[in-house]
Amino acid sequence: MLRLNRNPGADTAIKLAVVACAMFAFVFVVMVPLYDVLCDALGINGKTSNTAYTAVPAAVDTSREVKIQFIATNNDGMPWGFRPQVTQLTVHPGAATDTIFYAENPTNLPMIAQAIPSVTPSRAAGYFHKTECFCFNQQPLDGMASTEMPLQFVVDQDLPKDIRTITLSYTLFDVTTMAGGTGTIAAR
Amino acid sequence: MGDHHHGPAKGLSRWLFTTNHKDIGTMYLWFSFAMFILGGTFAMIIRAELFQPGMQLVEPGFFNQMTTLHGLVMVFGAIMPSFVGLANWLIPMMIGAPDMALPRMNNWSFWILPPGFLMLASTLFMEGGAPAFGWTFYAPLSTTYAAPSVTFFIFSIHVLGVSSIMGSINIIATIMNMRAPGMTYMKMPLFVWTWFITAFLLVAVMPVLAGAVTMMLMDIHFGTSFFSAAGGGDPVLFQHIFWFFGHPEVYIIILPAFGVVSQVIPAFSRKPLFGYASMVYATAAIAILSFVVWAHHMYTVGMPVAGELFFMYATMLIAVPTGVKVFNWVSTMWRGALSFETPMLFSIGFLVLFTIGGFTGLMLSIAPADFQYHDTYFVVAHFHYVMVAGAVFSMTSAVYFWLPKWTGRMYNETMGKVHFWISFVGFNVTFFPQHFVGLAGMPRRVPDYALQFADFNMMSSIGAFVYGASQILFLYNVIATIVAGERVSDEQVWDGAEGLEWTLPTPPPYHTFEVPPQIEASPAHG
Repeated sequence: MLRLNRNPGADTAIKLAVVACAMFAFVFVVMVPLYDVLCDALGINGKTSNTAYTAVPAAVDTSREVKIQFIATNNDGMPWGFRPQVTQLTVHPGAATDTIFYAENPTNLPMIAQAIPSVTPSRAAGYFHKTECFCFNQQPLDGMASTEMPLQFVVDQDLPKDIRTITLSYTLFDVTTMAGGTGTIAAR
Repeated sequence: MGDHHHGPAKGLSRWLFTTNHKDIGTMYLWFSFAMFILGGTFAMIIRAELFQPGMQLVEPGFFNQMTTLHGLVMVFGAIMPSFVGLANWLIPMMIGAPDMALPRMNNWSFWILPPGFLMLASTLFMEGGAPAFGWTFYAPLSTTYAAPSVTFFIFSIHVLGVSSIMGSINIIATIMNMRAPGMTYMKMPLFVWTWFITAFLLVAVMPVLAGAVTMMLMDIHFGTSFFSAAGGGDPVLFQHIFWFFGHPEVYIIILPAFGVVSQVIPAFSRKPLFGYASMVYATAAIAILSFVVWAHHMYTVGMPVAGELFFMYATMLIAVPTGVKVFNWVSTMWRGALSFETPMLFSIGFLVLFTIGGFTGLMLSIAPADFQYHDTYFVVAHFHYVMVAGAVFSMTSAVYFWLPKWTGRMYNETMGKVHFWISFVGFNVTFFPQHFVGLAGMPRRVPDYALQFADFNMMSSIGAFVYGASQILFLYNVIATIVAGERVSDEQVWDGAEGLEWTLPTPPPYHTFEVPPQIEASPAHG
């Protein structure tokens, strides 16, 4: 007799199926963006700001020294030469410092590169301000050409006292195809 | 639906088209046992290679395929479907329902499983071999560096996920709509309660797993960069998504096991379960907490200290409801008229060994200590104490407990006890030494190891062969029971057993509770 009517279980099942679909969507529309937002907000992962820092006038703290190390790495399949001018600098918090990275395109074709920075320890990421950086823009380079790429940064005076060394690592990506250029495949 | 009192159809079509909860339960149980043997074979290959240091039997790449498939087959093929099979057989009989709420979907959720596993197993014969990135399939090992067969792995996970979700929806729909009049929520047997909560966990997190593998699929084939740093993604994101599924998943595995033990221990203590209500609340508390502890699997990825502390304390908090459960089981036995038939032996084995696994889990929850334990054999020992001695022992206990009811025939008690003792000793010889080699620094998922670990590894391997062989005895005992076991006609089967399923004839007819039973006013849980 019961069977003649609509199965009461079907209503429950439909509701639960909606929940399951919502959880599937949750992964894409909530978890992924939330992860990025949290990493940016908390400075996790050594992600630094993608835009230039406007320097606020502040006293240079000459009583304190912080060691800055530079690392340059190529991503898989990136043929460029890429290295810092100096691998290590000692700076005072609050003092603007300039340095240079060298890049060289050994292929015969024009290419475009993008450098992605990462700061270790990640806690220091929020205190490492870049006032000028080649990583803010894509870097085009003709075949067989080389260039000097400038970086200017300030270490914040509020950097936690226990941090004495900051490592700034750049990974260089080939974005020629993404940037609409030509010739990447041949260059590889 | 005029012909209500028909029996099963004849031949193969009975199994192919069946919508009967008992038939589907039986198929789930046999399928999961087949997967248990398959996953066990992979484990035997692993232990044979690790019998001595150096490379003897298999290539390192194949060894990695074995550890990966062993984990996947055991978790998704053996343990999870076995408890779904148990749920199919028992939940309608325990709540006084004629069948599951959605019998046709029930048929589907079983029948998509074998093709799913066929797809997974077929990767073994493909160019580049089966998945070799561990059952946790961390990106980029499972994306950038995976064998081409990874696509089959992804679809097989999709299929298993759909099967699990359909099975859980069915269980929830059954429990919410099909209880006999008078069977209130707080009168339901604890096995029904634990499955009710488990099914909600499954509906919530299996789609998350599906999302994770879908992202892998898109990264591999459609040029997205969810987990690729080169395109602005992050491999650590994979770990967060995976463990957001993965931690509730371990409770999905263990909660039904808790349910089984909560039926068996009172029966052989001849006392009602101690603290029924607190058992229900503890189960719910464990399930809720399971959503906020996932990152304790990834302390070493470089989380902020505040994160480490949060996940550490939240994880330790789970020990409280779990402790309540262990306390209640022990209190149920306290001053009971105990007898030690095979189901009780397996349940007590569960209680002792699961508690050990719980304590090593507590050790692992301590973030600073975990930096030492992470990815060592200590972790392997820990999760085998909770997965094997927890879930598998409980499942074995369930089979011995309800098999006489299902078949109307009694298993061989002596053989059952021998099976228990060989399993118990074999299990401990296998996994106890792994605590020591782990603490001494032996990493997991390695085909070769430093010489100082040789003795303990040889012990482990011998124990594993013994434990593996004892399952053949189990299989023999079950088949012998079905074919030629001594007949049982007593409805009760076990004199201490309580619950609606024991009021049915033994063996139960093909259709049961077509007329809902009368539930007494007094509490009838046990």
